[in-house]
Amino acid sequence: MMWETVRQIRKTGIKSENPPVAQELSRLADNQTREIQDEILKVLGRALTIRLVDAGSCNGCELELQALGNAYYNLEGLGIKFVASPRHADMLLLTGPISRNMLAAMLITHDAMPDPKLVVAVGDCAVKGGIFGESYATIGAASNVIKVDFNIPGCPPEPLAILQGILSAVRYRLPR
Amino acid sequence: MILEPVDEQGWLDSALAVAEAHGRLVTLWGRNAGPDSYEVYAVYFDPAFGLSGVIFTLSHEGSTYPDLSELFPSAGRMQRTIWDLLGIAAAGSSDNRRWLDHGNWEKNYHPLRKSNSGLEISELKESDDYSFVEVSGDGVHEIAVGPVHAGIIESGHFRFSVVGEKILRLEERLGYVHRGVDKAFEKYHGIDGVQLAGRISGDSTVGYAWSYCMAVEAAWKCEVSKRANSLRALMLERERIANHLGDLGAIGNDAGFAFGLTQFMLLKEQWLRLNKDLFGHRFMMDAVVVGGVACDIDALGISRIREQCEQIRKEVGTLRGIYDDHAGLQDRFLTTGHVSTDVATRLGVTGLVGRASGIAEDGRINFPPYPYSDLQVNISVAQTGDVAARVSVRFDEILESLRLISELLSNLPEGAIHSLSKVPAEATFGVGWVEGWRGGIFAGIHLDKAGMVDRAHMHDPSWQNWPALEYAVIGDIVPDFPLINKSFNLSYAGHDR
Repeated sequence: MMWETVRQIRKTGIKSENPPVAQELSRLADNQTREIQDEILKVLGRALTIRLVDAGSCNGCELELQALGNAYYNLEGLGIKFVASPRHADMLLLTGPISRNMLAAMLITHDAMPDPKLVVAVGDCAVKGGIFGESYATIGAASNVIKVDFNIPGCPPEPLAILQGILSAVRYRLPR
Repeated sequence: MILEPVDEQGWLDSALAVAEAHGRLVTLWGRNAGPDSYEVYAVYFDPAFGLSGVIFTLSHEGSTYPDLSELFPSAGRMQRTIWDLLGIAAAGSSDNRRWLDHGNWEKNYHPLRKSNSGLEISELKESDDYSFVEVSGDGVHEIAVGPVHAGIIESGHFRFSVVGEKILRLEERLGYVHRGVDKAFEKYHGIDGVQLAGRISGDSTVGYAWSYCMAVEAAWKCEVSKRANSLRALMLERERIANHLGDLGAIGNDAGFAFGLTQFMLLKEQWLRLNKDLFGHRFMMDAVVVGGVACDIDALGISRIREQCEQIRKEVGTLRGIYDDHAGLQDRFLTTGHVSTDVATRLGVTGLVGRASGIAEDGRINFPPYPYSDLQVNISVAQTGDVAARVSVRFDEILESLRLISELLSNLPEGAIHSLSKVPAEATFGVGWVEGWRGGIFAGIHLDKAGMVDRAHMHDPSWQNWPALEYAVIGDIVPDFPLINKSFNLSYAGHDR
């Protein structure tokens, strides 16, 4: 039994692909992984931890955020990790058109995060309201209620775009 | 499907007849049909007669319709939703707490009333005072979880009453991701509404889009080509496999077997990448449109799908062997999160979760649109109703969907992939019912004489299955909840709309 598991692991091999670079630095294609890790280390002094709040997403963005953890994108290999507690988080990822029923929980989560903290809007809904816009049920763009440091558009944005966005936010938007 | 107008007695009689025939309630919705005129719709399914529906008309704003929750427990939350959205009440129901309305709307605001634009905004409150059912006794305490969950999960609240580790009671509170979908539909032309339908629950975008289109096409008597419907089925089966792969990995992970997550997520990623290559989108959003589909497939695409299916079949076979032989995994799966056939029948549990509890219902067999009518789908049923059963049904369904994909590709009819006849200049109504990977996705779409959506009701199978989760966890321990919850994997977004 155990033998089958080990054989499958060996057969699968290493699938991780090179990560993208932060948007404005695409010319620096060499040693990407190390550069990103160095950057995260320099800016934050440690790994990057992320707290996600789904504020009315259709769950499409969540599927792509989950995909970031698969071996191809190997998010944790870059030192980036989703955490359960906002108190452990450096970055707040927001998805959805900020449903009114999630606003209080979203703001409490943000308050609970230690400074410096980054807010990144993921997906067309959080970026600009998307197909749902503003209504009795939704506030629309996250920037209507909170200071957003970086936007990652797309419906949903693909894992590489999210990864690139996260890295760009860290590199260029984090207060030093 | 025929909708029969009924009076109060007829409303109750029809419900009783369905209950006696061991049928179930599919969905309930209300509509503001004209100034001070309201209608309530109930749709039922029973294996002998298929779908049937009744309409009850309320003569004025203050009047009520008879409660169905005594006969069909799943009606309770649907009736509370009708109150929140429309302001018409079920007479005699025992639970009148608000459901989607968390107190963040104006007092007495009911968005689906035609006098409201849907843009009315009220001052937001910090929190409201929802009264959870309290369990008392020696050593009983509550654990509140959510709406923000650990991990990358949708938002919702779970209130556990526990003694020690043991769960005595779970009460769900949903509605956190309510986006006002029903009201938003009113801005759309029937043709364009499919974009919104495809974003009600992102993981089921093909199922939702097809169900919506089926309803609009039925309303407008629009013939869809066999090729287009075969391509829809191809995409629906690919959506089923993508989600089952992800769930099997996540269920393994929640039982402490990270290997399973790693392996299955690799397969899912390969699957999604081919979707992107062939259909232009990893989840095939906007690929199903009213009148057909937006993209065709060529010989190269067909051979790429075949090649991938063969590889996935082999890998899934290996992984199933590993799951089945893993004592620690099976120890967590077996008897955990049990829903008996009796309870499942009583609650009207449907789809994948229902089939894992011995309810042999599958829309691809009981209500088959073309091409399923020609395909002879083999149903996957398990009797034990535990996590192990829900895992086993997923494995079976992956293999069956791979077989169906192969059949579909072998018999792909020639023809156009899109055609739309003239939109009739009268008010119309149509229904759609598509067996998504979770279960039946029902659409009831009312269109006006200009072709605009007057009222679109899209029902997620999670409505029936969320209450079953409350039963499934009774007597299990709190640390098993994530595993049980994942084995259901219900939609918050599809439910909250």
